Amino acid sequence: MTAIVNKNELKQLAAEPAAQAVYKVIGTRPIRHDGVDKVTGRARYGADVQLTGLLFGATVRSPHTHARIVSIDTSQALALPGVRAVITRDDLIDPKHRVEELGEGAVDIAHLSRNVLAREKALYRGHVVAAIAADDVHIAEEAARLIRVEYEPLPPVLWVLDAMRDDSPILLPDLRTQSIAGQKGDRPTNIARHFRYEKGDVAEGFKQAKVVIERTFDTATVHQGYIEPHNATALWNADGHVTVWTSTQGAFAARDQLGGLLNLPISQIKVVPMEIGGGFGGKIAVYLEPLAAVLSKKSGRPVKLVMDRASVFEATGPTPASHIRVKIGADAEGRITAAEAWLAYEAGAFPGSPINPGCMCVFACYDVPNGRVDGYDVVVNKPRTNAYRAPGATNAAMATETVIDEICEELHLDPLEFRAKNAAREGTRRIDGPVYSRIGMAETVEAIRNSDHWQTKLEGPCRGRGVASGFWFNAGLQSSATATVSADGRVALVEGSTDIGGSRTGIAMQLAETLGIPAEDVTPTVGDTDGIGYTDVTGGSRVTYATGWAAHEAGQDIKRQLIQRAALLWDVDPSDVTYEAGCLHGPGDKRITFRELAAKLAKTGGPVIGRGTSTHNKPGGAFATHVVDVEVDPETAKVTILRYTAAQDVGTAIHPSYVEGQVQGGVVQGIGWALNEEYVYDAEGRMRNASFLDYRMPTCYDVPMIEPLLVEVPNPDHPFGVRGVGEVPIVPPPAAIANAIHQAIGVRMRQLPMSPPRVLHEILARAT
Amino acid sequence: MARKRIVSAILNGTEQEFLCAPRQTLLEVLRDVLSLTGTKEGCSNGNCGACTVLLDGRPVDSCLVLAVETEGCRVDTIEGLAIPDQLHPLQQAFLENAALQCGICTPGFLMSAKALLDGNDDPSEEEIRFALAGNLCRCTGYDKIVRAVQSAAAPTSADARQGASE
Repeated sequence: MTAIVNKNELKQLAAEPAAQAVYKVIGTRPIRHDGVDKVTGRARYGADVQLTGLLFGATVRSPHTHARIVSIDTSQALALPGVRAVITRDDLIDPKHRVEELGEGAVDIAHLSRNVLAREKALYRGHVVAAIAADDVHIAEEAARLIRVEYEPLPPVLWVLDAMRDDSPILLPDLRTQSIAGQKGDRPTNIARHFRYEKGDVAEGFKQAKVVIERTFDTATVHQGYIEPHNATALWNADGHVTVWTSTQGAFAARDQLGGLLNLPISQIKVVPMEIGGGFGGKIAVYLEPLAAVLSKKSGRPVKLVMDRASVFEATGPTPASHIRVKIGADAEGRITAAEAWLAYEAGAFPGSPINPGCMCVFACYDVPNGRVDGYDVVVNKPRTNAYRAPGATNAAMATETVIDEICEELHLDPLEFRAKNAAREGTRRIDGPVYSRIGMAETVEAIRNSDHWQTKLEGPCRGRGVASGFWFNAGLQSSATATVSADGRVALVEGSTDIGGSRTGIAMQLAETLGIPAEDVTPTVGDTDGIGYTDVTGGSRVTYATGWAAHEAGQDIKRQLIQRAALLWDVDPSDVTYEAGCLHGPGDKRITFRELAAKLAKTGGPVIGRGTSTHNKPGGAFATHVVDVEVDPETAKVTILRYTAAQDVGTAIHPSYVEGQVQGGVVQGIGWALNEEYVYDAEGRMRNASFLDYRMPTCYDVPMIEPLLVEVPNPDHPFGVRGVGEVPIVPPPAAIANAIHQAIGVRMRQLPMSPPRVLHEILARAT
Repeated sequence: MARKRIVSAILNGTEQEFLCAPRQTLLEVLRDVLSLTGTKEGCSNGNCGACTVLLDGRPVDSCLVLAVETEGCRVDTIEGLAIPDQLHPLQQAFLENAALQCGICTPGFLMSAKALLDGNDDPSEEEIRFALAGNLCRCTGYDKIVRAVQSAAAPTSADARQGASE
């Protein structure tokens, strides 16, 4: 069962102010405000949009992995009855190189434009070459088959280390390596960026070590795997205003990308975020939105595009395959003396892999006195990679956390003791520079040590137990909220964060807590880009922290205004009025409740609207330590998860059920990454498993219950102690499972996924 | 293009006629012809279960059924699960157990779970997981979904289920 480590038990450990607070709303489990719509089928997702005169679209995609596009003949498609518009590279402006920050990664608009619609070359199989709008989707698909594209195939580059070779085919002729200091290289390359971070004296550190372990790892390309395919509906109106309805993690990020791609002022674009069926980082960059907009401009009608599942796999997502070398030294007592990492991540067709966060996360759980990290962002002929839940961190943790397991084995140390001894703490400086504030890494180790799972002995042949830890930064960025007091005492909250996992309720609860009213009395709505202030993407585990803070500020604004109204009502000085627990108090036992005062707004000066923004940027790092029991079938090498417990420092759990859900969901994604999921490519770069059946994400028959241990070490830099919780749960699972496999059958896995063929290969290799 | 056909089916308890082309799937007709967009499209090749509906009481992927095949059949979708003033106990259990995050898979899970509970009042965890293995969820890790179905299957809920179907 789920357990929340009691705040009192952690009293000595926890930071002071927020931990001592007693909350009325925070920590309870109200039914989410959008719940009924979502269990009755009424919630409107992107594909559910219906408009008068709506056209339906289809895309033409490259069958080649790397090819020059010689010519595109659209004449037959245009001649088909019911076809209203066809677009190719000639219909999209060719924007200059310009970097747009998207909150969880940045994008070069010139690259994004080429990713949305191929220009000179098709850079991966599934790259869009043309798009059609027609009276119905079947006509559009028929027209797609009538478009003749002449390609000149080029040799593909399919693995990061191949792409880094001097004699590798070049994907982007104008790409030059940008080094740490910002200098550019002088010759064509596939290496877009090189990062380096250093701390202390690495050579000296390794000299002090009793044990030094160095290992090399390879991880496969994996997809975010959201169940809802990408979609976009656009109307380019006769007055030049463009409205786009889409499933996106960030309406404003989508709007700003569209502005760059279409060369329109952002004020002329409205993005309406529909309900979104999962994103995990993969629904930040635009794909279909600009195509639908240009098709609408050409046809004069609204156009809807929905991606098919094979294209979702072949052309969106994924998170990078990687090649990683990690070397760690520890002294006889098990204290890390030095650590070194070399990481190369596949960016896909355009630069922008999460290599930098990978570099920053690789040793982030530990106090490493001497360290060096080198990272490379490398283009290959695969879809342009995108953020995926703690982007870059899971690959890196697989390497670090399994090397640490080997060190513990060498030194006969308990893996939890090793982690407790080396845990990063308040004041620890990470290799890339930042110094931690109050964090809960050590507490998550302690929570696992005290867990029923760890305390229960695992028995049976071919069974093993593994542990691993993980880190994710969390983000702050910008958020906005407005809250309108209604005459019946309820509050309408509009906020800018698209809600993927119940976040509007977590935000509404913080407003309710601020105002001292029940969560049910707040009605939250996610605003469109004309209806609410700028809000960054739903990503970086930032929403409950930052948009929650904005809602809190909106609540404070309401309180200030209500104090004025009560003072007016009572004819007293506002400084003599206080607001406490949903009630206003004045001199001489004067008292009026929030609800009573709400009914008098019309007579005391009119509507009350609170506004709040957040640019706070101390989201508090998130740490997790997991333990897993596995059983390995010695003949088939199939790995079965027997039991899984995940401890995480969650700051303050606003709605514990949805915090648990983030942990459980992240763990199961991590299990999929660990055991099954990979892009299987043939020699020509065709993905051979571009369907849910063959990509094989975990089903509910593949996993047990996932037990979350919510450790609450409040973030001292948030009014309610909130830390981001969404991303870090995916980080430890592959390493924890690898360590468990080693204990079960004695083989060390250094590749992901640890699918039966790979595990069997290791078993057989050991036998010979 | 082949001519459209008139199909007559019992949709959420009410006999209904609709017009469809022979190549249109049940999923497409539900969503685009009948405006019942509660049934979701995740893959359109029968692998994710998001479009699960009940065809004569059996859970099917509506993307793999041609609409013309439903002539004379009972078709039950998410829109018919709740009675006007009351959620089905499974819907209530999903809400109370926080068994959804993004919610796109939820209608499919609810229909598969209904089919399970209609035939088995007291399923084991293993039976629940087996019955729901054709529905993919990427958000929840399934824990809370399984618990929601367990709680809806509990005796008190079973009575309410009976009530809801009467």
